[in-house]
Amino acid sequence: MRQRTHEGFLRHKGFRWAQIATLLCLVVVAVYFFVAARLAEPPSGGSWLGYTLGTISAGLIVWLACLGIRKRVITAGHYSLKAWVSAHVYLGLSLTVLATLHTGFQFGWNVHTLAYVLMMLVIASGALGIWAYATLPQRLHGNRGETTRKQMLEAIESLDKQLHDLAQPLDRAGAQVVRLSLEQTEIGGGFWRRLTGAHGDCANLRAMRKLKQLPAPATPRQAEALARIETVLQQKADVLGLARRQMQITALLEGWLFVHIPATFALLAALTAHVVSVFTYW
Amino acid sequence: MSELYKIAIIGSGPAGLSAAAHAAKKGISHVLLEKTDHLSDTIFRYQKGKHVMATPAVLVLRADCEFDAGKREKILAQWDADAKAAGVNVRFKAEAKAITGEKGDFTIELTKGQPIRAENIVLAIGTQGNPNLMRCDGAALPHVQYQLDDPGEYTDEHIFVVGSGDAGIENALGLAADAAQGNTVTILNRSADFARAKKANVDNLIAARDAGRMTIMTETSPVLVEPGWITVETPQGSSRYKCDRIIARMGASPPRKFVEAAGLSFASDSPSAFPTLTPTFESSSKPGIYVIGALAGYPLIKHCMNQGYDVVEFISGVTDLEPADEPLLKDKLKALPGLLSVSQWLEFLRSKVEILNGLSPLQMREFLLDSEVRAYKPGEAIFIRNDQGSSLFGIADGAVKVEVDPSNPNITVPIGAGSIFGEVGLISGRKRGATIRASEPTICVEIPRMAALKLMAQVPEARETVNRITSERQVLQIFKSGLTPADISEVLAGAEVMEVRPGQAIINEGDVSDDLYIIRSGSMIVEKNLGGKPVFMSYVPAGSYSGEMAMMERSPRVATVKAAIRSTVVKLPAEPFRALLARKPELAKRMQTEMRARREINAFIEEQKEEFGGAVDMYSSVANFLIKQGIGEATDVLLIDESLCVGCDNCEKACADSHDGLSRLNREAGTTFANIHVPTSCRHCEHPHCMSDCPPNAIRRGPDGEVFISDTCIGCGNCQRACPYGVIQMDKPPPPKPSLFSWMLFGKGPGPGQPDYEWRKKASKGGAGGESPKLAIKCDMCSGKAGGPACVRACPTGAAIRVSPDAFLSVARIDRGAG
Repeated sequence: MRQRTHEGFLRHKGFRWAQIATLLCLVVVAVYFFVAARLAEPPSGGSWLGYTLGTISAGLIVWLACLGIRKRVITAGHYSLKAWVSAHVYLGLSLTVLATLHTGFQFGWNVHTLAYVLMMLVIASGALGIWAYATLPQRLHGNRGETTRKQMLEAIESLDKQLHDLAQPLDRAGAQVVRLSLEQTEIGGGFWRRLTGAHGDCANLRAMRKLKQLPAPATPRQAEALARIETVLQQKADVLGLARRQMQITALLEGWLFVHIPATFALLAALTAHVVSVFTYW
Repeated sequence: MSELYKIAIIGSGPAGLSAAAHAAKKGISHVLLEKTDHLSDTIFRYQKGKHVMATPAVLVLRADCEFDAGKREKILAQWDADAKAAGVNVRFKAEAKAITGEKGDFTIELTKGQPIRAENIVLAIGTQGNPNLMRCDGAALPHVQYQLDDPGEYTDEHIFVVGSGDAGIENALGLAADAAQGNTVTILNRSADFARAKKANVDNLIAARDAGRMTIMTETSPVLVEPGWITVETPQGSSRYKCDRIIARMGASPPRKFVEAAGLSFASDSPSAFPTLTPTFESSSKPGIYVIGALAGYPLIKHCMNQGYDVVEFISGVTDLEPADEPLLKDKLKALPGLLSVSQWLEFLRSKVEILNGLSPLQMREFLLDSEVRAYKPGEAIFIRNDQGSSLFGIADGAVKVEVDPSNPNITVPIGAGSIFGEVGLISGRKRGATIRASEPTICVEIPRMAALKLMAQVPEARETVNRITSERQVLQIFKSGLTPADISEVLAGAEVMEVRPGQAIINEGDVSDDLYIIRSGSMIVEKNLGGKPVFMSYVPAGSYSGEMAMMERSPRVATVKAAIRSTVVKLPAEPFRALLARKPELAKRMQTEMRARREINAFIEEQKEEFGGAVDMYSSVANFLIKQGIGEATDVLLIDESLCVGCDNCEKACADSHDGLSRLNREAGTTFANIHVPTSCRHCEHPHCMSDCPPNAIRRGPDGEVFISDTCIGCGNCQRACPYGVIQMDKPPPPKPSLFSWMLFGKGPGPGQPDYEWRKKASKGGAGGESPKLAIKCDMCSGKAGGPACVRACPTGAAIRVSPDAFLSVARIDRGAG
């Protein structure tokens, strides 16, 4: 159910930037083979065509990197971040063609090839990002329903409060189990843990196991408390599961950026070295 | 017999206190009666440390008490000192019960102690002090109380708290706080949720219930109180509980009964009506009793204090006192031609404009403070077609012409002096339907929506006039076709204005009826039963009609038409309308064409339903979901397509960064249906709930249709409570952040978006900013920003869109959804 004015960043304006990028690639490929057919060896970065392609590619790289600034500077004028992202995606992909032709297929163990490899790494991680943005949002929102992150944390907090109150009549061993869940449960953890969703050693889970192994309660009051604690621990496990799945999908949506952004900065550095060395030593 | 005072002042709020201070300064014998044991109870009960504002800023304060914006404590201390310095004769714990006698010798009965005698009485009791009483049997028993001073006083009691506002919840929590007190506390709530209370209070209440410290009964109301017992009505039936004490906190209402019993008459039966007063604040039905402050319709502190001063002057015989608002009015009227004085202008407008005829000079003065008077040259546009505007215009002098045909500005309809225009925008909240220009030198008074509604509530004649003219003009505007008022007089004679509740049907499918309906305000949805299920066919906004098929073809109704929100419709009887159609073939042709178009849409949906049943069901249920979310009263709403939203919150960050660092939307909160998420963000309703009770009148509709809060906001929080969608928050702008580049390069400051609480606290400590009040903030649709709403511009994936409901609920969406 979409209105015509309502298109995602990939379909923006009827794939306008996909068309522009494809056209750009086609023109560049045609020119390249037209020129190459008349030469003994393929045109290298040092030829006029190489310089042209290099200049276009370097310009594109710098412009593509500016998305990070555009995203954060909220100016009052007419602009659409969606259009920027659309152009960023398709022009970024077109760099695989432009920059490869710029190399003239000459690779080696040098800063020039390093810049090329970093660029391909940035593009590959970006492609991962396109996949993530195109497929994960459904799962992200399907998982949380109408519960917000804040509500999930508040739910855990309120369950903790209940656990604390319920644990009052317990003996030392029982209290220890509740304290394990109260004090050592980690909702998220490091990025890797969030990404993989490996929470097998979760303190709440351990508390639930230990609760079952406790000796029979001494008084009926304790027995009742233990029974209610078991329910609350299970409720807490459910909310934790929900929150962790949410964090896992969020981590997947963000994970590629941990490659994309640092690689972009490395690329900008390598690109600078590449350009400077070309003009200094050639 | 006790002493006869010259003036007895009831109520020691800003108005009463100011009157008493002035009387004391003038050496007039007086007494100030206060029901509690401190001055100015309404402000005393403000939350600790609350910043009290002093608006309107332009109004000069004329009083013997100081008042300037500041903390509640500072203001109260100042007034205590002022009262003492002036030598005010104040009687605490003196609650007036009844007023008897005549001017020159009134007697005020008190609930405790000797009656008080006075020649004149000033009523400055405000509107807050009277708690709403329980109305069930036994409510008068002594264990029913309306106040809880110290929750620690009660032990081992079964206590029921009635009421779901903050006061009730706080009382219940207080009573249950200490388990050692042994109280069994139950809170009763008439509705299903605690919508009127602060979130923190509700959270604490739920936590206390979960911890077993108290019981919450929702959708429950008391039906019978007996000593030691209470009977309540629950959704499951009625039950009787043990009960030693009932604390009823059900809000307060203006003490109309008390005032009427004293012999004062009110302008109308409307709950919002005020007592009728002379220009000197004296009751027009009971001489010697003066009414000032909120009870007289002036809720702002400065107004109240000025009136306190003025009323004492009037009582002591001064007749030519220049009102404190005189310079304001002078300023307002100075651009007009002719050299009339303020009071001459007031009289001129009042006598010339028909709907103002019923106002008193005092009301006229107040009315003009809210309104604008302007002079127009011949040919000058007063408003343009499709402008946003909800104000009403009255023509005091001259005449205007309405350009009824957008394609040909030469076709005009005249409106003469004394009449009004702009009433359709006022009532429906939709854009202006036609351009209106002055046809000769003209003087018009522009009445903002709130002032116009107040006028209609106060003066029944004004309401009738506006209603009559509205129906007539609306019919002319909807059907056009060169109709004149004379043509439709017969149709209008049988017209009936009806209020429709949300969900109530005005037309039922299959019924045999043939009246025509015009939607004056609100909106309707059209549903048809297809394959045993109601299917959403179309959305009919205000300013449109429904029911023409049965009227023209004398066939049973083909679809059900029901209200999406609270609406007003005008029912036009079929017979005279058919006669009109017979006389006007052009109108008949026009309606035939429109009917054919509507029929084609219906046929299209029915056909689609057979082929793509799923898509139509989806379309229908999405439409119903959006209507349920209040989209039916929205003019512009932010929606998020969850199949595209990556949860980056760039929309929120963009909102914060383009509005003083505070985000006015909450992306995650709100409801979702079939990928469409309605975040917590302003919908810019046709008739904004937030506008209904804004003391400084700070909430207005801007030129692009946006509902915004101007900088005259006093931070009272009424709008926050009134908004059913929870989109208004009270907050103060955070201190300025370091620039984006120093954040990107050196990690300075909190980065883009709304800074977190910790950072704000730390950063504001360093600055010399001093105290700044919490004001109401909400979405202003980024008005004045060339690129439009920042949230939409800043969405990287195109998930965020802003739409108007009629565009969104159009049938054009079906085939794309199916395809």
